[in-house]
Amino acid sequence: MTTDTAPVPTTEPTRPTVAVRHLLAQIGRYTFLCAILGFFALPLLWLATAPFDDTPTVTASLPRFTLDNFRALLDNPYALSSLLNSVYLAAGTAALVVTFAALAAYALSRVRVPGRDALLYGLLLLSSIVTGTATMVPLFELAFRLNLIDSRLGVILILSGGLLPAAIFILKDFMDSTPTSYEESARVFGASPLQIMRHIVVPLVRPGLATVGVWAVANVWGNFLVPFLLLRGPDKAPAAVIMYTLYTEGGQADLRLLSTFSLLYSLPVALMFVFVSSRYGFRFHGGIKR
Amino acid sequence: MSAITMRELTKVYPGGVRALDALDLEIADGEFFALLGPSGCGKTTLLRTIAGLEVASGGSVRIGERDVTGLPPGKRDVAMVFQDYALFPHMTVRDNIAYPLRIKKVDRRTRGGKAADTAEELGLSGLLERRPGQLSGGQQQRVALARAMACHPQVFLLDEPLSNLDARLRLEARTFLKRLQRELGVTTVFVTHDQAEALALADRIAVMEGGRIRQVGTPTEVFRRPANTFVAGFIGSTPMNLIDARVHGGELAVGPARLPLPDDSHGQVTDGERLVYGIRPEYLDYSPTAVPGALTGEVVVVENLGSVSLVSLDVPADDTGPADAGSPAGDAGRTSVQVVVPEGAEPEPGDTGWVVPRPGRSLLYRDGTLVTATATAEVPAPRAGAAVRS
Ligand SMILES: Nc1ncnc2c1ncn2[C@@H]1O[C@H](COP(=O)(O)OP(=O)(O)OP(=O)(O)O)[C@@H](O)[C@H]1O
Ligand SMILES: [Mg+2]
Repeated sequence: MTTDTAPVPTTEPTRPTVAVRHLLAQIGRYTFLCAILGFFALPLLWLATAPFDDTPTVTASLPRFTLDNFRALLDNPYALSSLLNSVYLAAGTAALVVTFAALAAYALSRVRVPGRDALLYGLLLLSSIVTGTATMVPLFELAFRLNLIDSRLGVILILSGGLLPAAIFILKDFMDSTPTSYEESARVFGASPLQIMRHIVVPLVRPGLATVGVWAVANVWGNFLVPFLLLRGPDKAPAAVIMYTLYTEGGQADLRLLSTFSLLYSLPVALMFVFVSSRYGFRFHGGIKR
Repeated sequence: MSAITMRELTKVYPGGVRALDALDLEIADGEFFALLGPSGCGKTTLLRTIAGLEVASGGSVRIGERDVTGLPPGKRDVAMVFQDYALFPHMTVRDNIAYPLRIKKVDRRTRGGKAADTAEELGLSGLLERRPGQLSGGQQQRVALARAMACHPQVFLLDEPLSNLDARLRLEARTFLKRLQRELGVTTVFVTHDQAEALALADRIAVMEGGRIRQVGTPTEVFRRPANTFVAGFIGSTPMNLIDARVHGGELAVGPARLPLPDDSHGQVTDGERLVYGIRPEYLDYSPTAVPGALTGEVVVVENLGSVSLVSLDVPADDTGPADAGSPAGDAGRTSVQVVVPEGAEPEPGDTGWVVPRPGRSLLYRDGTLVTATATAEVPAPRAGAAVRS
């Protein structure tokens, strides 16, 4: 009994100070979070208001509502077709990356190759260089020799090459976490390796394929350097490159066009993300949801 | 429906594990055959090698008239049920059952109908549109069986088909499995490490140890006349008592006790020879009063098994011989003898008891191998009539 009551007098006076300290900590934490949130929200806010403002500035403000900006953008000969070009490049690259990464990841996951993990990490390390600025000159040279300058295929191939290692890495994790007994079961029934891939493996790792697809599209959508260097005319240029040309005669950034175009440019990727995420579940790790 | 014949079958895994060691085995057409053995003895490996999922390092496998050793799994005309059932989680029960037919390019409507028929036979009719994740363990097992049946294979291979079920369901599924196999008459090999399951289900059992087969026989043979001390210790819900004994003037001496020689060892043993005397706890009778010549000792443990109790006695035994001379010569060792005692007759720990072997139920082992009337064979094959002695 005495040992129970002894600590009470010592804690009693400190209780209010503890509460105050707790409150201050909470206030501090939320202030910090708000600051961070504001930092990220303001550009988005600008993206939401500026396109509808007849005199947009670089600050976010309540717009004087107009749709003129959109009309002006439609008059630009390359704006809309550039979005279509972006779709071509992104879809082509995503298709290549998903297909080849799935095949490679399946093989790497199921076959015991000595030094497999070293190979994977090596590829991953090198991939950040392949589409990086440092290799632009040799890549340009390569594309030139292969007659792939000013060709969408060239851009797609180079972007795919850069994305493949990371895609393989992500997908291998999904493949590793599907039990081999599914495939063995199908094998005993006489399924061929491609049938096993189509009927069993692909449906099981579908969230992984969706993740890699979205990730590839987002990467291509935002890539400026590769299409900028490899594609000559504005007729094939994707949106990321066309955005760079939206200037007034005076050489100033045309904020009315730029803001409107930015909105159109970001919407498809955001919508795709929401769609894929709700449909397949967006995640970077394997495991089967039954 | 075909027999399976394995000759000198060997499987060495990369890394050097010899999971199958020159194994010879014949499984008859239409037989329900159990592979039984402790964990790691190579049961799954043998099953997977028959299926073709593992490539044999040596030897051959024949199914019916065909040598399938070099064939891929899909060409062997077998169906396998995996321990985890391996039902495809993204397909409905119907699509799962129809999958083998899909591979055989049967059109969607026909295979859907056939799947429904098979499901009906196994009592799965109401579950056709469900996913495997929405089924109970027992239902999953039946879907896996239905999928295996749907492709009408010559051979069924089942890897621990009942081990994922809880105890009550397991009994039910056991009966179901036995009936199904009877009706289909397809050669079936199943793996289990549960000896009760093997005894209850199989027409014949192969007991394996370390990649080899230690005995093949009907459940009765394997239970009544284990060919060696390994099988003797493995088969039976309570392991057989294996007691060191010495032949002495036409009787067996275990310490001060004198036991009669088993019937068929007459003329097979020499006076003074050291052997192992084997008797199941079920075939010993417990007596609280003195019986001349019987094994006697103090009751150490009484385990209640429901309708019977398993009583362990500490019995003075014959000295284990000069080989392991832990004790000075002449000083008798002690051994534990287990006996099954019916309800109501259980002694208390500390009591002194006597145990008497029932006639015709004891066995003798020389160097771990059964001593029989017909020389010492590794795998005795007594005819059904001879096996039932008493
Ligand atoms: N893929 C493998 N690579 C190397 N060794 C293996 C492999 N699979 C099994 N083994 C080894 O081969 C031996 C036999 O294994 P197996 O799986 O056939 O045993 P089992 O009798 O089925 O055991 P359990 O009752 O535990 O399932 C074991 O020693 C095991 O460690
Ligand atoms: Mg096993």
